[in-house]
Amino acid sequence: MPFDLVANVAVAGVLTGLVYGLMALGLSVIFGVVRVVNFAHGEMMTAAMYAAVVLFTAFGLDPFLAVLPVAAVFFALGYALQAAVINPFITRPEHSQFMLLVAISIILVNGLLMGFGPDAKNVQLDYQLESWALGKLLFDKARVYAALLALAVSAALFAFFRFTLTGKAIRACADNHLGALVVGLRVKHLYSLTFGIGAACVAVAGCMLILLVDVTPVLGPSYTLLAFVIVIVGGLGSMGGALLGGVLIGLSEAMAGLFIAPSAKSMFSFALLILVLLFRPQGLLGRRT
Amino acid sequence: MKREAVGLLVLLLLLVFFPLFASSYALSVVTLILFFAYAGQAWNVMMGFAGQLSLGHSLYVGVGAYVAAILFQTYGVGPWAGVWISMAACAALGAAIGFLAFRFGISGVYFALLTIAFAEFTRIGFDHLTITGGPGGFFLKVSQRESWDLLNLRGPPIMFYYVILALTAGAFALCALLLRSRAGYYWRAIREDEAAAQALGINTFRWKMLAVILSAAMTAVAGVFNAFYYNNLFPEQVFHISRSIEIILGPVIGGVGTLFGPVLGAGVLTTLSDGITELLAYYNLEIPGVKQVFYGVVLLLVVMFLPHGIWPALAKRIGIFR
Amino acid sequence: MSFLEINQISKSFRGLKAVSATSFEVERGGLVALIGPNGAGKTTCFNMIAGVFAPDSGKIVFEGREIQGRRPDEICAAGIGRTFQIVKPFAGLSVLDNVMVGALLRESHAGEARKRSLRILEKLKLDSKADLPASSLTLPDRKRLEVARALATRPKLLLLDEVMAGLRPTECDQMVEVFRELNREGLTILLIEHVMRAVMALAQRVIVLHHGEIIARGTPAEVVRDPAVLECYLGEETEV
Repeated sequence: MPFDLVANVAVAGVLTGLVYGLMALGLSVIFGVVRVVNFAHGEMMTAAMYAAVVLFTAFGLDPFLAVLPVAAVFFALGYALQAAVINPFITRPEHSQFMLLVAISIILVNGLLMGFGPDAKNVQLDYQLESWALGKLLFDKARVYAALLALAVSAALFAFFRFTLTGKAIRACADNHLGALVVGLRVKHLYSLTFGIGAACVAVAGCMLILLVDVTPVLGPSYTLLAFVIVIVGGLGSMGGALLGGVLIGLSEAMAGLFIAPSAKSMFSFALLILVLLFRPQGLLGRRT
Repeated sequence: MKREAVGLLVLLLLLVFFPLFASSYALSVVTLILFFAYAGQAWNVMMGFAGQLSLGHSLYVGVGAYVAAILFQTYGVGPWAGVWISMAACAALGAAIGFLAFRFGISGVYFALLTIAFAEFTRIGFDHLTITGGPGGFFLKVSQRESWDLLNLRGPPIMFYYVILALTAGAFALCALLLRSRAGYYWRAIREDEAAAQALGINTFRWKMLAVILSAAMTAVAGVFNAFYYNNLFPEQVFHISRSIEIILGPVIGGVGTLFGPVLGAGVLTTLSDGITELLAYYNLEIPGVKQVFYGVVLLLVVMFLPHGIWPALAKRIGIFR
Repeated sequence: MSFLEINQISKSFRGLKAVSATSFEVERGGLVALIGPNGAGKTTCFNMIAGVFAPDSGKIVFEGREIQGRRPDEICAAGIGRTFQIVKPFAGLSVLDNVMVGALLRESHAGEARKRSLRILEKLKLDSKADLPASSLTLPDRKRLEVARALATRPKLLLLDEVMAGLRPTECDQMVEVFRELNREGLTILLIEHVMRAVMALAQRVIVLHHGEIIARGTPAEVVRDPAVLECYLGEETEV
C-alpha cells in the first residue's frame, strides 16, 4: 500500500472527523447538560443536510452561506422541542425519555423519506473537485473549508460556555440541577437554550457534511450511533473530547475503509464503543463521575 | 382473576378458530401480530421483568434465524433440533452481553447503547461472511405445499399461523408462571430498587443474567420462525436497528412489564398501521415511510400521555388491578 | 463466641476519615443503640456491616465468621437484615408483594411465603393494607413496611437506620413496642437513632460516635450524663 495513499486517506479522515466532532459536540452539550439521550441526533443532522440541499437547489445557496439560516431555524426548533415536549420528561424514568426521542427519530427519518424519497441527494459546487497539493499530500478544498468552519464553531461554543454569563449558567445547571433552581436560574429556559444550541451545532455540521457525502433519509440512525460512539470515546462532558473523538473516529473509519473494506468502517467504531464502555466508560478526556 | 382467565380463554378460542373464516390476507396480518406479540413478550422478560433496556434484540432474532436456517439448508438438520442450537447460541450471546454489562456496571442508557453496538457489529459482520451468504442473502428452498410438514416447517400459511399461535400462547403462559414464582418477585424487586433487593438477599447479578439469557433464548425461537416463514434472510433486514425498534413497539405501547402489554400493543399497532396502508391504497397513494411515521406518532403519543402503556390504563377501566 | 464483633474498622472517603479504628460488640439478644451527631459515621458503620462497601481495614465477625467485604445479599443470607435511612419500598408492588420478596429468601414456595408475610404484616399492623400499592402508603406505614420486609428474611440481627425519624410521638411509641416484642422473641437489634425518646425506651446499651470515633458507651442513663457526650451535642461550657 503506497504511503501517499494511506496519508491522503488519513488526512481526509481527520478533516471529516472534525465535522463529525462538531456533530458530536452538539450531542455532548445536550447529553451533558440536559441529560437527555438525544436518540434523534443523527436524524436531525440528516434533516439539516436536506435543508442545505433544498436551499442549494432552490436558491443556489452555497452551504457555507446556508449555515446561517439553517442553524437559526434549527436553534428555534430545538428550543421549541425541548420546551414543549422534552422538558416535562426530565423527571420521568430514563427509558421513557429514550422512547420519546426514539419516537421523534422515527418520525423524522420517515418524514424525510416521505418528503424526499429514498434516492440520494447532494450539492454540486466547483470547489468540491479542487484540492491543494502539499508535496505528495492532497487536501480537498471542500474538506478543509468544512473542517475549518467546524473548528471555528467549536471554538465559539467553547468561548460561550467558558466566558459568557449564560454559558456559565448552563454549566451550573449541568453540575447541579437543584442548586441551579435554588439560586434562581431559569433552568427550563436554559435547558431549552442548550438543546437549541446543540441543534444548531448539528445544523452546521450537516451543512458541512453535505459537501462531503450524499444524503439519504436512512443515514439518520447511523449518524446517531456515530455521534454516541464519538461522545463516549471522547468523554462525556468534555468538549475537547468530542472533537478529539470525532477526529479519532474519522481517522479510524478511513483507515478501516482502506485496509479492510469500505462497508466495514462502522464495525470498527462499534467495536471501539464496546471496548470503551467496558474499560474506560468516562472516555479519553471525560471525568469519572 | 376469574374474569381475566375467562377473557383469555375466549380470546384463545377466537384465535384458534380464526383461520376458518379469515381471508388469506387477514391470516397473514394476524400471523404478523402474533409474531410481534411473541417477540415483544420475549423482550419484555429482559426489560419489563429485570429492568434492562435492550435496543439490540434483532441480534437474537438474526442469529437464531441464521443458525437454524444454515443447519437446515446446508446440513439437513430439521428446525425442531435446530431451534435448540439457535437458543443455545443466543443464550450464550445474551450471557456474554449481560456479563460484560453487569460486571462492568453498565446500565440504563449505556446498556442500551451496548446492545445496539453488538447488533450493528453483527449486522455488518454477517454482511461479510460467506457462510451466511453475505449481503446477497441466505435462502431456504421454498416448497409450495398444501400438506403440513410440521417436522420441517414446510407447509401452507395456516400451518405457520398455528405454530406462532402456539408459541405466543406458550410464551404468555411461561411469563404468567414466572411472574408468580420467586423469579418474578425477584425480577420486579430488582427493577424497582436494586439496592433494596440486594439488602433482602437477592443476588442481583445472577438474576439479571437469568433474565437476559432467557429473553435471548426466547427471541431466538422467533428468529427460527422468521427463517422458515419467510425463507430468506438478509443481514441488512434481520439485524437492522429498525427491527429492534419494531420488537419493542408492542410492549412499550401495550405496557412494559405486563402480561397483556406486548399482545395488546402488537395488535393495536399492526391493525392500525394496516388500516392506514389500506386507506392509502384506496386513494391510490403509495408513499414510502408513512407507516413508520404512523408508528412514530403512536409511540410519541403513548409515551407522552400513557407512560405505562395502554394496558394498565385499560385494565383500570375494566376494573382489574395488576 | 461473640454474636457481632466490630474490630478496629476504618473507612475513609477521598481523604475524609468517616470511621476511625472503631470497635464494639453486640451480644446475642441485645438491643444496642448507636447515637451521635450528624456525620459521626453511624450509617457508614451500618453500610460496612451490611456489605454496601468494605472497611479499609479491620474485621467484622458475625457468629464466628468474618463478613467484612461480602456482598449485601450474602450478608442478608447469613442472617443480618437492614432498613434504609431513606425508605426504599418497591413502589410498583403491593404491600404484601414487598414483604414476599423478603420472605422468598427462606421459602421457595410462594404459598408458604405469602402465609408468613401476612403474619408479619399483622404483627406490624399493616395487614389491612396488604393489597394496596406500596406507593400509596404514608411515611410511618412505609417505615413499618421496610421493617416487615427485612423481618421476612428471618434475620438474627436487625439493623435499623433512623427508623423513628419523621414519626409522631405516638407512632414512635408503637414502633418501640413492636421492637421490644421482637427483641423478647429473640431478635438482636442494633439501631441508629436520633430520637432520644426511642433510645431511652429501647436501648439496653448505647454507643456514642463522634467524628468517626467512639467517645462513650454504657447504659442510656450513664451515657446521657457523660460530659464528653454532652459536649459533642451541646458544645463546651464557656465562662461568660
